[in-house]
Amino acid sequence: MITEHTAHEPDPNPQPLSGTGDDSLPGSEPIKIETRGLTFHYGHQQVLFENNLDVGANRVTAIIGPSGCGKSTHLRVYNRIFELYRNQRVEGKVLLDGRDIFHPEVDLLELRRKVGMIFQTPTPFSLSVFENVAYGLKLHYRMGRGEMAERVEGALHRAALWDEVKDKLNHSGTALSGGQQQRLCIARALAVQPEVILMDEPTSAIDPVATAKIEELIHTLKKDYTLVVVTHNMQQAARISDYTAFFYEGRIVEFGLTKKIFTRPDRKQTEDYITGRFG
Amino acid sequence: MKERSIGFRRNIDLVVKALSGLAALTGIAFLVWILIVIVVKGLGAIRPEFFTQLPAPPMMPGGGLGNAILGTGIITTLATLIGVPIGLMAGIFLSEFGRDSFLAELVRYATNILMGTPSIIIGVFVYVIMVAPMGGFSGYSGSVALAIIMLPVVARTTEDMLNLVPDAVRESALALGAPRWKATVGVVFRAARTGLVTGSLLAVARVSGETAPLLFTALNSPFWPRSLSEPTANLPVTIFNYAMSPYVDWQAMAWGSSLLITTVILGITVLVRTILGRRKTT
Repeated sequence: MITEHTAHEPDPNPQPLSGTGDDSLPGSEPIKIETRGLTFHYGHQQVLFENNLDVGANRVTAIIGPSGCGKSTHLRVYNRIFELYRNQRVEGKVLLDGRDIFHPEVDLLELRRKVGMIFQTPTPFSLSVFENVAYGLKLHYRMGRGEMAERVEGALHRAALWDEVKDKLNHSGTALSGGQQQRLCIARALAVQPEVILMDEPTSAIDPVATAKIEELIHTLKKDYTLVVVTHNMQQAARISDYTAFFYEGRIVEFGLTKKIFTRPDRKQTEDYITGRFG
Repeated sequence: MKERSIGFRRNIDLVVKALSGLAALTGIAFLVWILIVIVVKGLGAIRPEFFTQLPAPPMMPGGGLGNAILGTGIITTLATLIGVPIGLMAGIFLSEFGRDSFLAELVRYATNILMGTPSIIIGVFVYVIMVAPMGGFSGYSGSVALAIIMLPVVARTTEDMLNLVPDAVRESALALGAPRWKATVGVVFRAARTGLVTGSLLAVARVSGETAPLLFTALNSPFWPRSLSEPTANLPVTIFNYAMSPYVDWQAMAWGSSLLITTVILGITVLVRTILGRRKTT
């Protein structure tokens, strides 16, 4: 059985977080993911340097920065998906709800259930729309057909896709349009009742209309989930996020309230990037 | 400095185009020629009893190659049952688990060598490891020889087909909390399934005309296949024997068998193309 995620209404105005960036301001927001001293190596090449970052619960945190600055690498630590490849080394701490995700007793599959991920290109499986959403459910839960159908429908509703696919649940997921495919992937991720959703440039392969739908969706999702979104699109970061981290060459140059980062950044480098002087 | 004439360049261009076109036509011409000869000479032998009856003695009317057709079917099926699963698993290892590890590189290299090994050597090899110790030719050893030939073909096509599945799809399954093997079987395999089917079919097509390895293993038999532990009738060796015989009616049978094998291989290849073509449109 699944216990339904209890929704609580967060303060509509995000406050400075404790611990990072704005040390001057006392933090008042609950923190979902706490990253301390995170470094990352691909072979001999170091790509992340001493990253410290706090992800606010039920907030959207945007990660911006020029290509190759380590945004995706940082994101891919949170669900330990980077472990799929060899020759990588990670040091430092990442705490999810105060618990180290690298602790040997952490159940990796359960961590990934809690921390869902959406990729740059939509990745529907070669299965029907229904089976795509049911895939993750079947991995983690046992349930009858009726409950399964309910959960799939619920997830498709939450991903704002139900009305478009309710008549073609048995069609192949790969036959949907790009934007629909991406929302199908979001539904698939939501179905397993995650707490955090990581998005790695979720709209970069999608047309503007579909992008608007996904941005709207991100906005409604933060009521129930914590979101971390990597994007190379600064306008998008400004539109969707409560907090923004600016990465440059593997370091977090500046982190704080999105409003502040985009209006009066503390660092010259941040300002130069945001105003389009490089990147 | 003098400008080169445009006429000269155009003529060179024309000559190169003509030569390469001619070369391409030569290849096709031989294929068409072979097909025409086989159809013209073989069609006469294809009668109902060709598929149902045992071979008749030389110069006697009637008779067929039912035993060889059935034998080839059984030997190839068994070879497929041995070669395809092992090849698939090897391909999974190369693409999913081994990747760029030393062992995977070694396996990949060995597979390439095995793929280039002349089939007669595989026949002799199976003769030494199976036929001689077991004290006689057998259908089993024929299947093993063909399976060895299929193995590298299936392994490499499996690897290639699985490599076509984007890593993001694997990561998506894993990111949902799927264990590695479930992601491979449930998601990656499914995404690559048409490719895997075609790879296996091509391997079947590849071995269904192999003669040399069967000559050293299954040999041949004038009887219906009763047990695979005995010499077993099969089409390629029958073609070999009958074509070399002085009897006109046996030679006709050899042409008929050639037509049958060619048709089957052509059929498989066309099927493969249809499957692959359909995949592109979905």
